[in-house]
Amino acid sequence: MGDFDAGGAMTPALAPALAPALAPALAFDNLTLGYDRHPAVHHLEAEIAEGSLTAIVGPNGAGKSTLLKGVTGVLAPLEGRVAFGGLSQEDIAYLPQQSELDLTFPLSVVDLVAMGLWREIGPFGWLGRARRARVDAAIAAVGLTGFEHRPIGSLSGGQMQRALFARLLLQDAKLVLLDEPFTAIDARTMADLVDVVRRWHGEGRTVIAVLHDQETVRAHFPRTLMLARELVAHGPTEQVLTTENQFRARQMCEACAGPPHVCGRNAA
Amino acid sequence: MIWDAVFQPFADFGFMRRALLGCIAISVGATPVGVFLMLRRMSLTGDAMAHAILPGAAVGYLVSGLSLGAMTVGGLIAGMAVALASGFVSRLTALREDASLAAFYLISLALGVLIVSTRGSNVDLMHVLFGTVLALDDAALILLCSIASLSVLTLAVFLRPLVLECADPQFLRSVSRLSAVTHFTFLALVVANLVGGFHALGTLMAVGIMILPAAAARFWTVSIGGLIAAAIAIAVLSSMSGLLLSYHYSLPSGPAIILMAGVAYGVSLVLGPAGGLVAQALPRRHFEV
Repeated sequence: MGDFDAGGAMTPALAPALAPALAPALAFDNLTLGYDRHPAVHHLEAEIAEGSLTAIVGPNGAGKSTLLKGVTGVLAPLEGRVAFGGLSQEDIAYLPQQSELDLTFPLSVVDLVAMGLWREIGPFGWLGRARRARVDAAIAAVGLTGFEHRPIGSLSGGQMQRALFARLLLQDAKLVLLDEPFTAIDARTMADLVDVVRRWHGEGRTVIAVLHDQETVRAHFPRTLMLARELVAHGPTEQVLTTENQFRARQMCEACAGPPHVCGRNAA
Repeated sequence: MIWDAVFQPFADFGFMRRALLGCIAISVGATPVGVFLMLRRMSLTGDAMAHAILPGAAVGYLVSGLSLGAMTVGGLIAGMAVALASGFVSRLTALREDASLAAFYLISLALGVLIVSTRGSNVDLMHVLFGTVLALDDAALILLCSIASLSVLTLAVFLRPLVLECADPQFLRSVSRLSAVTHFTFLALVVANLVGGFHALGTLMAVGIMILPAAAARFWTVSIGGLIAAAIAIAVLSSMSGLLLSYHYSLPSGPAIILMAGVAYGVSLVLGPAGGLVAQALPRRHFEV
């Protein structure tokens, strides 16, 4: 798993940008996100260092997916803000938990993956032979060679996830957000996709992934942010994934289930 | 014999040639739009839009009689207003697009029926509803061909964002701000093609030439290019056979054309290799792993 260079020529090396590891790529500043006044993420204060590989964990309903939506800008904060350290919306690639992808649409794998190059070719530009070669390289990097011309509707769940990862590869984003990327896929596929994630990490990109499987988090993610609407813990994975923290997170989530009342914190 | 039945009417009569040219223009312009309506599961949106155009055409008629320009502009304004209003409501509020479109087109339709019934006579209503493909003048032909050309060019330019807006709107929104522009451009194409089509086939029948060939084409091929090509071919053949049917048996031409498209749909439904009834019933040996 140590060799992350396979197909590495297709993306410019971002490694030099890694140097000041302390600079935050992303800062949550008293961030409250929610739906219809009900907060799903409550007064979150945290910084994600540039080039870090962070897992977001927490019980169901803890606001993990909501937090990613807040970062992409799909959801406007109810209070506070998300501060980007020099990143623009264009530098963010996002893999949602439930894609709105219409699988009945007549699109082939190569069509789908090539759209990762949108930032380069835009709505009207040519794909061209050189870029087509990069598309093929991305498809090869996720192990889908031979499936280029299959319609997307014929792919299995794992193959679909591989194709979406290939598209992410081509997006060449500085910040990659993954919402439960390894759910309902087999061990082999997961190992291949984890390789891709580690390769991004090696290239100095900031990666944030919502995950449930603690084995995966412990094995591959150096940092963890535990969320239960409010921040439970954030730091090196072994210090965050403790029994006490997990117990506390469950309690905090259950405490939220009561009737809503207006939050008194930060009231002007 | 075949010459007499199939080609003689077009060779002998100018109005038949004009009707055929008008129908070919509509086929080339409207059916690719219909293919995308079908792929976006918006086939019924075409019908809703056709109803939405009615009050605009009616106001145009009230202002300056059976005038091509006034009715076209009126139809365009009414159609665009409904498209924009329902698009904004679905993007800014909790209401989904189908419900907001239904609300606005029903309001528009009620307004149209009110205007037509207070001022117009029944003959004029029949003209708006069912068109006059056998009486297309030069101005109408130029309008139909212009709309078809504009429609094809716009689709060609917007193909990539449109495909992405249909297949993966979430991704399009994440990489570009073109999502709303693409959506409204597409709705504008639907409206423009329906307004062009209603001069020849009427507001109700214009939807038929947009949707039926697309639905029939779906049984022959699955690629986007293939669907568009097959749908145009089916629409042109239906137009020609419908016109001949109406010529030989003195039938109204608009419905005859749409019925021929309906026949093409029926045949495709049964015999089409891509998911047709026969293809699905026949046992086919599967491939090796």
